[in-house]
Amino acid sequence: MSARAAARLESLGFTVHRYQAGKVDWFAAGLPREGKDAGIPRVADIAAREVPTARSEEKVGEVRKRLGTGDVEPLIVVDADRVVLGLVASELLTTDPQSHIEDVMDPAPVTFRPNLRVGEMPTYFKKEGVQHALVTTSDGVLVGLVHRHSE
Amino acid sequence: MPTVIDRHGVQRLIQQGAQLVEVLGAKEYETEHIPGAINIPLKTLNRTTAKRLDSRRPVITYCHDYQ
Repeated sequence: MSARAAARLESLGFTVHRYQAGKVDWFAAGLPREGKDAGIPRVADIAAREVPTARSEEKVGEVRKRLGTGDVEPLIVVDADRVVLGLVASELLTTDPQSHIEDVMDPAPVTFRPNLRVGEMPTYFKKEGVQHALVTTSDGVLVGLVHRHSE
Repeated sequence: MPTVIDRHGVQRLIQQGAQLVEVLGAKEYETEHIPGAINIPLKTLNRTTAKRLDSRRPVITYCHDYQ
């Protein structure tokens, strides 16, 4: 649809660009919205942003030392661009300290898009059977973490 | 031929003064749209409705997704 509109406007003498991925992509990136539904809370509004992260090549022992003993949040594995590579349950950080994070991480954790409505979270948590989910943009970049109890 | 851009390109061009046009129907636009976009539904797009746009500035069209 935007292709036809772009072609039509170009035929009318305009310089035209086409945002092919459209507003679904924009909202999924957690970017601002306008309109009568714009005020409805989304998971990006309630996601915890200060979350423990690690790189896949780090050793479990190094990460455990860095995080201390009090942290019970799952550990999020990211690359240099904060693209999520996996998730490590906090109890797995007690395994062999010489193991690499990539050896103990779940490479396919449950993720929500930032524009998911908070009211829809319970359905997804129930469907996936998990206690927490990562919030990532459509590019896979980490936004934060939501817990089932924050529904 | 219109250039296809991603959202980073959209953000950059908006900063440079580009105009954003949602070509979906009015109801969908009113529900939610990208900030600053104006609504010219494809069905109503013609020489007259296009006069809402400044011909000296680039235009970015978008709809829902890859439609």
